Amino acid sequence: MSIDVLLKEFQEVSEHPYKVLSQYKAEGKKVIGVLPYYAPEELVIAAGMVPMGIWGSNKKTIALAKEYCATFYCTIAQLALEMLLDGTMDQLDGIITPTICDTLRPMSQNIRVAMGDKLPCIFLAHPQYRRPAFGMQFTVDQYTNVKKELEKIAGAEITDEALRGAIKTMNASRAARREFVKLAGQHPEAVSAVLRSAVLRSAWFMEKAEHTAKLQQLNAELAALPASNWKGKKVLTSGIICDNPKLLQIFDDNGIAIAADDVAQESRLIRVDAAETGDPMMALAQMYADQDYDVLLFDEKSSENRRADYVVKQVKESGAQGLILFMQQFCDPEEMEYPYLKKALDAAGIPHVKLGVDQQMRDFGQASTAIQAFADVL
Amino acid sequence: MAKAVSPGVQALRKVVDDVYADARKAKAEGKLVGWSSSKFPCELAEAFDLNVMYPENQAAGIAANRDGEIMCQAAEDLGYDNDICGYARISLAYAAGKRASRKFDPETLEYIIDPKSGKPLKDADGKVVIDPETGKPKKDPKTMQPYTVLDDIYEIEALPETTEKERAYKNFRREAIKPYRQMRMPQPDFVLCCNNICNCMTKWYENIARMRNIPLIMIDIPYNNTVEVHDTNVAYVRAQFDAAIKQLEEITGKKFDEKKFEQACANANRTAQAWLRVCDYLQYKPAPYSGFDLFNHMADVVTARGKVAAAEAFELLEKDLAEQVKTGATTTPFPEQYRVMFEGIPCWPKLPNLFKPLKANGVNVTAVVYAPAFGFVYDDLDGMCRAYYKAPNSVCIEQGVDWREGICRANKVDGVLVHYNRSCKPWSGYMAEMQRRFTADLGVPCAGFDGDQADPRNFNEAQYETRVQGLVEAMEANKAAKEAAAK
Repeated sequence: MSIDVLLKEFQEVSEHPYKVLSQYKAEGKKVIGVLPYYAPEELVIAAGMVPMGIWGSNKKTIALAKEYCATFYCTIAQLALEMLLDGTMDQLDGIITPTICDTLRPMSQNIRVAMGDKLPCIFLAHPQYRRPAFGMQFTVDQYTNVKKELEKIAGAEITDEALRGAIKTMNASRAARREFVKLAGQHPEAVSAVLRSAVLRSAWFMEKAEHTAKLQQLNAELAALPASNWKGKKVLTSGIICDNPKLLQIFDDNGIAIAADDVAQESRLIRVDAAETGDPMMALAQMYADQDYDVLLFDEKSSENRRADYVVKQVKESGAQGLILFMQQFCDPEEMEYPYLKKALDAAGIPHVKLGVDQQMRDFGQASTAIQAFADVL
Repeated sequence: MAKAVSPGVQALRKVVDDVYADARKAKAEGKLVGWSSSKFPCELAEAFDLNVMYPENQAAGIAANRDGEIMCQAAEDLGYDNDICGYARISLAYAAGKRASRKFDPETLEYIIDPKSGKPLKDADGKVVIDPETGKPKKDPKTMQPYTVLDDIYEIEALPETTEKERAYKNFRREAIKPYRQMRMPQPDFVLCCNNICNCMTKWYENIARMRNIPLIMIDIPYNNTVEVHDTNVAYVRAQFDAAIKQLEEITGKKFDEKKFEQACANANRTAQAWLRVCDYLQYKPAPYSGFDLFNHMADVVTARGKVAAAEAFELLEKDLAEQVKTGATTTPFPEQYRVMFEGIPCWPKLPNLFKPLKANGVNVTAVVYAPAFGFVYDDLDGMCRAYYKAPNSVCIEQGVDWREGICRANKVDGVLVHYNRSCKPWSGYMAEMQRRFTADLGVPCAGFDGDQADPRNFNEAQYETRVQGLVEAMEANKAAKEAAAK
């Protein structure tokens, strides 16, 4: 299949997750909603079910969720609740609610209350001490709770063998996505910013094995392309999410390519893999322990500026000329890390621009002006 | 004339004054001074005789002294978004060296007085003196203050001091920093963070550690979805206590003193129990004091609960209150017609504005969530882990509702006033559902208003007054219906 055909297929999924969900349900599969961040999708797959990421919506408007939260909350979380309330998610068989940020903490309660007997809500609290033995143990304990709840929904036990298989599936998915990010950065003429996002976003909705197989085809096609002669600019994107096609169209209209990203929905969560041998629960805990350089995670060496230094390194290695930060409104972990990110970028002479975004944005005039002006200085 | 203050209240004020004074003295003597989140297990630091200060208490004080906005703005100028918690912004600006200071003329070294400041001048009969020229009240010159400006201690320290004039200027600039204790808190040598209150705390303290290049001791309390605290959660926290002790040993070069730790635990329990008993006096009708006073006494449970002086001061206040209830006396400056729970952290910069419509309508605050929130009572180390697992924002909705409904019932409230606090996402995040439960379970009306614990820009007085009015009307209707039913 040609690159364009494959990209269109990913785009179709990315634009219509409801259709995908309905299709899986029609096939008799059970589907588990997975809220951000760091929920072990491996456990869902090992239970023979389909994990489906929930990252808000670029099309919905907050209405019913107002019954539960004030306005000053991240729209990703508010719109997730909205879709649970307005029937969009009625076909789900369960939902995992991690609680690693201050919005997700109370939101886990709102979702559980709002869903009542309608939908099993699986609570998940990650430790901030990820690496010491006691932290690893806590992760295993929490994942064991999640596992038990998933087993109840699946009606079958999750065996170690199935879990190792699921780890392989997820490792392959992450590897293919990482490879794609690299290739898309090298061949922006073949993969627009809009379609790059569609490929990565669709990974949250499709069955992982199916997505990986298609992505490996796409990667092979991209790898076979002659070296790119890109005349436009290249940037690194950073933030929680930037998957709005209208926003990304501004990149394409202005000849700005995404060389790589430090975006939670795209690369932040797929940087590391789990061991495919040994105790699979421990392997999942170790994978979480290996996560790093994320605004949501505690840094034991907090007096250093490791995350920002890492992002600077990413910019340099990817060949990006600057960084565009999509600051998700009301996301305090991201906001809290901004001054030190700015400091490191300034020290390295890397230009950047910070754009405030949320999923209720419909008018991108201001963003367009800012992105164009930024591209001009690169 | 100043309001008469009971011996207990005086003792409580001294305890907090001493905490700040001791820390300043320790810093001057070259000893280590730390900053700690309010619900970090203070018992650990007490075991090492460490002087510890509390940025949340400090930020509340700075906000109450009307410097919240200038400090929040200073943090925003450093790149911290205005969506971030106001306490965190104030604290981060402070950690960066920013200070609210008094404007002065660099040549004459004289303060420049803000003509808008000060209280109206009163004559011998207590009547406001009107300026015949302007027709407006005259200002009492003794209460007038210089303009507030932002300064930076690191900029001041970098100033030259070769000439007499330079030295005088530098000294004056140092002295011009606002003199209240929260604006004179020493910079930290280490930070103690416990994120049982919120995750914002984690990032806030990481930022301080980075800014000042100092060690951070972290106790991580993940959010809990059940009323009970499971053994696995306890084990996780216990292991962290051990790790924290090791870190403190490294920082101080001292061995962990188990005796001192046990004493600190005993003190903390004694303080917590006395605090809870003081809170319980709000159950009397009329309450012997206003719940707003508890907000002031919170400073003691935050900054000194591991010290015996805090326990003694609360016990003294308890005695005062016991005397008061015998005679039915109250320090609430108005007759109590309605009793409400005030939900959330108060808007510190706007305390008088919060109080005004309550006073006008005879509404006394007889329940605040801080009562159970600081009642850390435990028997042993596992119990201590469990106690610290139960902070207001680390508990599930059922526990949160149970706490609140418990004090609402015991303290006989007629309604609930809910502060949707822009600064506190975890706290405000499930209040809408809680409000529904309060009304369903207790049959009391609730009213919510928008505000902020530290940033005055997020408080709308007109909206607040309307909401209080609405609550009063609903409580009135409830009362009338109950009286009618009784007949």
